[in-house]
Amino acid sequence: MNTVPDKPVGAVLVVGGGIGGMQASLDLAESGFYVYLVDSAPTIGGVMSQLDKTFPTNDCAMCIMSPKLVGTGSHRNIRLITNASVKEIVGPAGNFEARITRKARYIRPDKCTGCGECAKHCPVIAGDDYNVGMSRRSAVYLRYPQAIPKVFLIDREACIGCGLCERVCLANAVDYADQDTEETLSVGSVILAPGFEVFDARRRPEFGYGVYPNVLTSIEFERILSATGPHRSHLLRPSDGSIPERIAFIQCVGSRDTSCGNDYCSSICCMYATKEAIIAKEHVHFVKPTIFYMDIRAYGKGFDAYYERAKADYGVRFIKSMVSKVREDPRTDNLLITYLNEEGERLEEEFELVVLSVGVVPSTSVREMAKRLDVDVDRFGFCETDTFAPVATSREGIYVCGAFESPRDIPETVSQASGAVAAATGIIASARGTLALKKEYPPEDEVKPEEEPRIGVFVCHCGINIGGVINVPSVKEYAGTLPNVVHVDENLYTCSQDTQEKIKNAVKERGLNRVIVASCSPRTHEPMFRETIRDAGLNKFLFEMANIRDQCSWVHMRQKAEATEKAKKLVRMAVGNVRLNQALTETSVPVVQRGLVIGGGVAGMTAALQLAEQGFEVFLVEKESRLGGNLWNLHYTLDGKDIEAFLLDLIAKVSNNPLIRVLLNSLIVDFTGVRGNFTTGVMTAPAMYYQKIEHGITVMATGAEEEKPHEYGYGEDERVLTQLELEGRIAGADTGISGIKEVVMIQCVGSRNEQHPSCSRTCCATAIKNALKLKELNPAIRIHILYRDIRTYGLMEPYYARARKEGILFVRYEPAEGPEVTVNENKLSVSYDDKMLKERITITPDLLVLSSATVPRENKELANLLKVPRTAEGFFLEAHMKLRPVDFASDGIYLCGGAHAPKLISETISQAGAAVARACTILSKENLSVGGVVAVVTGEQCAACLTCVRVCPYDVPVINIRGEAEIDIIKCKGCGTCAAECPARAIDLMHFRGSQLEAKIGALISAQVS
Amino acid sequence: MRLSYPSNVKVVKVPCTGRVDILLILHAFENGVDGVYLAGCLEGECHFLKGNLRAKKRVQYVKGLLEEVGIGGERVEMFNMSASQGQRFAQCAQEMTERVRSLGPSPVKGGSKK
Repeated sequence: MNTVPDKPVGAVLVVGGGIGGMQASLDLAESGFYVYLVDSAPTIGGVMSQLDKTFPTNDCAMCIMSPKLVGTGSHRNIRLITNASVKEIVGPAGNFEARITRKARYIRPDKCTGCGECAKHCPVIAGDDYNVGMSRRSAVYLRYPQAIPKVFLIDREACIGCGLCERVCLANAVDYADQDTEETLSVGSVILAPGFEVFDARRRPEFGYGVYPNVLTSIEFERILSATGPHRSHLLRPSDGSIPERIAFIQCVGSRDTSCGNDYCSSICCMYATKEAIIAKEHVHFVKPTIFYMDIRAYGKGFDAYYERAKADYGVRFIKSMVSKVREDPRTDNLLITYLNEEGERLEEEFELVVLSVGVVPSTSVREMAKRLDVDVDRFGFCETDTFAPVATSREGIYVCGAFESPRDIPETVSQASGAVAAATGIIASARGTLALKKEYPPEDEVKPEEEPRIGVFVCHCGINIGGVINVPSVKEYAGTLPNVVHVDENLYTCSQDTQEKIKNAVKERGLNRVIVASCSPRTHEPMFRETIRDAGLNKFLFEMANIRDQCSWVHMRQKAEATEKAKKLVRMAVGNVRLNQALTETSVPVVQRGLVIGGGVAGMTAALQLAEQGFEVFLVEKESRLGGNLWNLHYTLDGKDIEAFLLDLIAKVSNNPLIRVLLNSLIVDFTGVRGNFTTGVMTAPAMYYQKIEHGITVMATGAEEEKPHEYGYGEDERVLTQLELEGRIAGADTGISGIKEVVMIQCVGSRNEQHPSCSRTCCATAIKNALKLKELNPAIRIHILYRDIRTYGLMEPYYARARKEGILFVRYEPAEGPEVTVNENKLSVSYDDKMLKERITITPDLLVLSSATVPRENKELANLLKVPRTAEGFFLEAHMKLRPVDFASDGIYLCGGAHAPKLISETISQAGAAVARACTILSKENLSVGGVVAVVTGEQCAACLTCVRVCPYDVPVINIRGEAEIDIIKCKGCGTCAAECPARAIDLMHFRGSQLEAKIGALISAQVS
Repeated sequence: MRLSYPSNVKVVKVPCTGRVDILLILHAFENGVDGVYLAGCLEGECHFLKGNLRAKKRVQYVKGLLEEVGIGGERVEMFNMSASQGQRFAQCAQEMTERVRSLGPSPVKGGSKK
């Protein structure tokens, strides 16, 4: 970092516009840096844009992604450069020159309106790669309906040059003479997020992909399930268009496979196959999905519950086996799968459709780019990183995130993307704000309360999410009959960028002063629509959403008529309400540009250090007498890195950093405030010294710990110990260790059971790490690992292969017939059923090592103080599992590390960075606006009865000198308790005023809006 | 999760169940609604500290009032659930719909204002 020049450039280049690249760009842009987002595809969105649903929440991928698409596409500090690639990057970190080549698009982005007239007239029929060739498109096309930027392009290989598009384009956007162009960008740092492509299933010819029409890849199946797929979400098989009843999923195609050189695990396929099986079942109730797997790797947060639900509620059949081949029955086009079951029997079964769960591979073009940029990749082509610096590439100033670093799912990509932002901005922090442009809104048109409302209603089809259930045109027509509604419209996707323009134009042309969007959830989309009407000069509170998807079409899928009627009522209620909406102003308050980090383990220390690197002061509060947390119990990593050296170095860096104040032996005792302005009371032992800290953001990093087992004789016999205790003994050069001849390890002790349904994620890798270490010390040692599924996901898989090769015995057990342990003074014995040998085996090991569950540290009180939610198992619960993995629902509070869920050190480090990047979106601003939804007192009605003073949970109301209640809008959180209790009804909660709620309820019953 | 529940249920968004006052619930019955229930955070986990406990008290009070005037206290209820309990949300919707259906239409059906 010393080589970064004094005056770095305040812009960052992001390569790849998938979910990782978009998250990185948004975080960068929101924290004061200018972003160039380069994507090799003509539109951003990446692989996620092709997904139908996402696990484990079954959220619609496009629905949760489109706010990010629109946000990225419309952010003034993000410049999209699509259809382009990075040719080279020269110069030192902090002052790079990046040469970009942009391929000819043949449509001018500055002129194209995305109207689609050209595609309508194009006579060419070409394969649509968005639907993996399963549908057709024209030569001039847009990759998918919600695409950003919404600019068409011409596929010159398919184009016949007839000139029709040029003639019909009213915007004169077609330019056949367009050529490849080059440009050079000055940037301070670079984030690589180029993503992945799927394994070419033709390389496993025994499965018949490309030969038998009813053998599909998982991405093809995903498209078939999708509303924008080739059959508009109808589940039909390719050979004859019939509905397949028996569907087989074959796992690990192109993963965990040395024959094709991919001996890593692709991490995501177990879960996506489970998801696709569930969704197929939801589409067609009689579908019988079967998943042929080696190990089910449901290691993420909430994944095991999802897997159990697939089995119990959806009847998905899971068969542990290796599939040897797939044959086609030419008479029926059905497929015969030959496999060996766990007992070693050879079986054959017939299916109507086979889905190959293809793995994640870095594409050839990405490997070539890495070479051009002088960035090292491993033997698979994934970017080389270090366990302790998980987002840094081999070249200074260039960072990485997402599946190019190693195979990973969406939340981990999103969190790593934010982590990369923290690293990429850390080295150029001094240039913050030098190139970023400030958002300026047009002046707000005044809308007086007495002015007659002019309401515009926009009803969304949401593809077929709404339109497939609800009769959208009739809802639209009905909306037009409601009082004060002067404009109605329907859209395929109301969230797409062109619809935002339509809304803005309608506001201006039709003189609208209230806007209703009848679509999805305000939780995900309200901010975006509010921004749209604000851009059109309307106050953002003059907006209302009718949730006709999540609360209607999705939940009344089988009652179409009732759903349409309900949708009309919901729109009517929204009209009743919005008529009374008032313009509310927000006030600007200064941000305390200082952070508070709770927990001094690796997560908290990394977060504190990175916040300091960004130039912000940090308080790091640790309840123990030393920093380090759980890391003191760990000594070496799976890849042989020295944890202790890393830990000591980290502690020294934190302790010596002038911007970090470490408070040891300290507890949080009170907590108030809002994002930008928190006040926390900290008590420090032994003197119980109390101090108040003012800070703008909070990072929760309270960690997790190994549970002390309750089973298998732990605590009764010293030969029974946990993995961490074993690791301590190995690292402590315990002389007894080398004399040990036989060891049994039992996995999932206290995990994946009723009390603790989740997987503890790290124990498989830990067991293998310690087993390999024992083998290293004594090659003659016999080690048996009793497991349920071995979950060495991603690049840890080769270590599992190595452990097997070195003779470590892996034996699977079912929880119902788990191993039995008997302990008496001279003998420790473990017995279990061996499925292969069909025999009960009894071993008398010298040591029994229990891979005990990872549980959160005591955090209930803290959760109550900060008012943040926890999962049933006590881990903190993020705002959104997929796309907001480090945010809490309350703004300005973030989480990372073991407090979130069990995770590896490298994952903790990148997540701590992510929390910092998210925090910087607040800390980098000098002011934030507050107000809006707050309680307001009508002084003359106040009887000074003190009810509000008594009931306010935050002690905000006071009786002022005039003898009236007064509420400080900066402190008010807008819960409305005072408004509900005030006997004189002198207090009202803005935006949720009594009159509004009454009007809304009135409109539910009566069409006559009173 | 898209768990289905009866379409009779219409949601009125409030920042906290603590915002729902007694008059608002009575107003709904006055308008001819057959049942009202509040879906708040789990007890002790209110996003606004104590709003759900206040709401619970008010619901108890309204129950008494409705009983007294012959509408029936069972038509109003307080349910607690966390944001991650979609299943419970659907269950409560089902349960309340069944309960109100068995009670039949509210005696003030059609709205008292008509």
